[in-house]
Amino acid sequence: MPDNTAHRSPSIHDESRVATRHPPLVTRHWLLVFPLLFLLVFYFYPLGAIFRASLMGDGGLTFEALLARLLGPATWRTLGFTFGQAALSTGLTLLLGLPGAYVFARYDFPGKRLLNALTTVPFVLPTVVVATAFTAVLGPKSPLNVVLMNVLGLSRPPLDLRYTLGAILLAHVFYNDTLVLRIVGGFWANLDPRLEQAARTLGASPWRAFVEVTLPLLLPALGAAALLVFIFCFTSFGVILILGGPRFATLEVAIYRQAIDMGNFPLAAGLSLVQILCTLGLTVLYTRLQGRLARPLDWRPRRVTQRRPRTAGDFALVLANVGISGVLLGLPLATLVVRSFDAGLRYYTALFENPRGSIFYVPPVAAVGNSVKFAVGTTALALLLGMLTATALYRRRQGWIVDALFMLPLGTSAVTLGLGYLLAMARPPLNLRGTPALIVCGHTLVALPFVVRNVLPALQALRPSLREAAATLGATPARVFVEVDLPIVWRALTVGGVFAFTVSMGEFGATSMIARPELPTIPIAIYRFLSQAGALNYGQALAMSTLLMAVCVAGFVAIESLRPPGSEE
Amino acid sequence: MKSRIVLMVIMLTLLAGCVKATPAVSPEAPRVLRVMVYDSFSVSEDVIARFETANNATVQFLKAGDAGKMLNQAILSRDNPQADVLYGLDNTFLSRALNADIFEPYQAKNLSVIPKALHLDNKYRVVPTDYGDVCLNYDKAYFAEHSLALPQSLTDLTQPEYRGLLVVENPASSSPGLAFLLTTIGAFGADGYLDFWEDLRANDVLVVDGWDTAYYNEFSGSSGSDGVRPLVVSYATSPAAEVYFSAGALTEPPTGAITAPGTCFRQVEFAGILKGTQNRDLAEAFIEFLLSADFQTDIPLQMWVFPANPTIALPQVFVEFTLEAVQPAEVPAEAIEANREKWIEAWADVVLR
Repeated sequence: MPDNTAHRSPSIHDESRVATRHPPLVTRHWLLVFPLLFLLVFYFYPLGAIFRASLMGDGGLTFEALLARLLGPATWRTLGFTFGQAALSTGLTLLLGLPGAYVFARYDFPGKRLLNALTTVPFVLPTVVVATAFTAVLGPKSPLNVVLMNVLGLSRPPLDLRYTLGAILLAHVFYNDTLVLRIVGGFWANLDPRLEQAARTLGASPWRAFVEVTLPLLLPALGAAALLVFIFCFTSFGVILILGGPRFATLEVAIYRQAIDMGNFPLAAGLSLVQILCTLGLTVLYTRLQGRLARPLDWRPRRVTQRRPRTAGDFALVLANVGISGVLLGLPLATLVVRSFDAGLRYYTALFENPRGSIFYVPPVAAVGNSVKFAVGTTALALLLGMLTATALYRRRQGWIVDALFMLPLGTSAVTLGLGYLLAMARPPLNLRGTPALIVCGHTLVALPFVVRNVLPALQALRPSLREAAATLGATPARVFVEVDLPIVWRALTVGGVFAFTVSMGEFGATSMIARPELPTIPIAIYRFLSQAGALNYGQALAMSTLLMAVCVAGFVAIESLRPPGSEE
Repeated sequence: MKSRIVLMVIMLTLLAGCVKATPAVSPEAPRVLRVMVYDSFSVSEDVIARFETANNATVQFLKAGDAGKMLNQAILSRDNPQADVLYGLDNTFLSRALNADIFEPYQAKNLSVIPKALHLDNKYRVVPTDYGDVCLNYDKAYFAEHSLALPQSLTDLTQPEYRGLLVVENPASSSPGLAFLLTTIGAFGADGYLDFWEDLRANDVLVVDGWDTAYYNEFSGSSGSDGVRPLVVSYATSPAAEVYFSAGALTEPPTGAITAPGTCFRQVEFAGILKGTQNRDLAEAFIEFLLSADFQTDIPLQMWVFPANPTIALPQVFVEFTLEAVQPAEVPAEAIEANREKWIEAWADVVLR
């Protein structure tokens, strides 16, 4: 890769203008056919079906009454809380994630890969399981509380974060930290460090060099991560209910309550629409900004951008970050693993037994097998569709509209979409109920935004002159893609792939609605154990969770070790 | 381009339709019976196999979430029923199902063995299959250690000696939570239950989202729990499950259920034939099978509830460690459906504000 332009200012716009004047648009348009078709069939069609059934059904509410309730004070209160907690959670996650992203991007140290994989594990864990870990670490019987009670002579535990806003924020950081670490860290890792070094040479303080040089260049990745974290927290469900307790409700919670507990489908559909519009607004805002923020950059291989910690300051920085991740993410995870061995291997051996001869017994090998099959299918499909989408979109002025459409599934209530699938996908012309393909497509719908959000900034940051040089030298568009684009966006693709894999492994809500019991996944098995009393059920749920973590770590390591021929880190 | 997309959608949908078209069936091939059940439904393989052999059928179970989720799915898809039979509807949702008119009446022959008290639909649209009691559970060790007497009525729970001891589930999201709310309505009436909850709130009751959080994370009695509250709303069978699922470590449950008059709610579960079934005769056979001794005997250890047929011999762990509720609370199904939302919202205003 030529690097003779590295010393030039990164904010040169001329090249991208040149490029837009000669876009090979004809082929690019066609790349969108499959992703759009996919969105149409697996998102808009079921969504339309559930909205029609909800609003046209004999729900008993007049349109005026529905509108009055929808725009009533309860909705505004919920909306206010939903936005507020999402903004706070996103801010906190960025604040805690950025130093970690820096360390992962700029330093190479032993155990880094494993640590990186472990930070993503929370993403797949069911909230009930995380609640157990949080209770052990922060609850009334936690070691810290026991010590404090003894020292201060208290009869009740002094610290209990559970069922407070603090618990919600902490859990959101716990779940979403990985998004910042991986998306920003991955982008940062290939950023040319000499830009910042030049600023330092010219007399800028480290802080000024960061704020004026590095931060502006990171903005596309930072924005992508922030958007994903925000939408995740905006549509938060399990964390709010289980860790926040019944006093808190997001829109997603309100939708679920109306649809499932109250059977008020029209109101649920109305609230769903509000949530979708909010997501759309946010995403449009972001995609518009993103177009302006993206700058062509020179990607540097990691062996140039990363170094081993050498000075005392380096070591302190790396250790501090590893320490923070260790306490925040590692401690709850470790608690789960340790507990799963409370009875030696008994909880694990019990997984292989079916003493009551239940027809719904889930052999662990089958659960792991199904989960992995769905996840691999989802990863492959999401990467393919995501790559097509990003390639078609990255230089189109109108691309932001389409881009925003692909983000919608992430901001759509899972229960709404699940019921939509039930209505639309269980009858001709698309009778797919219970087929593995439907599960893969459902998971892909949610995984796709992760791939697009990772690949698009990488493609937009790619210097067009590279492609043009290749084209001038006679390379076909396909060859330019394989030999220029692909090696450079590979890193972003693997990050997208890791999240696609993760989304599929951890997904429970929709799967439980559209899956057949013959194809149980690991999360389904975990919930099944947690629905009955007794140590063996509880222990097997923890053993299954540990298994889920192990499979995920193995999956991440496998995805990250895939490389196209001729590429380097 | 747009028209091409439309064309492709049409072609794809046609293709999908072809793939799913029913293949010709030879007369001897077993017919498929689809049964919609809630997530915690379970049955022994050999019991189902006997039904399949006897009726030359294959039973396909569709798990559709908890009882409320399952019912709503059945209602939403009533024009295109997902299954022939629905199992696991309970008395708190019964009226919603009957109002939505999703069942075909069938007067089962085996119904004669089921006690009249469980027949809640006189038009035979659903049959009672089993029942479970939602009762307070207590941590034996805590009450022994503190030489505290067990609460014998709901009012006891508002006394100072039980302050901060109870954890309950949110009635808006949890089936035992709703059952306990109905217990208080049965005891104090629709006019008086809020006063009771006001007192309970003043006595530091903890409300959590679901049974698993309450039982595994807050209740101090369950094995391996980090909880500190010795009273929880759970099931009458939970103590027996503690022994059964202790992997041989326990011979006595660490917990007990309080079954005193007026402190429990009985959840009766029903099954029915879904309207629009193409396999009416097979569905009828399945309803008879659900009431047969074979299936009824299988119920307790699979689902931890009592079989509707009172003549069935219960497993040892039930006989030893499970008491049935004495005079469970009574709230008519129609009143529950008519007032559910109102009662829950008023409750939330008092307890969660």
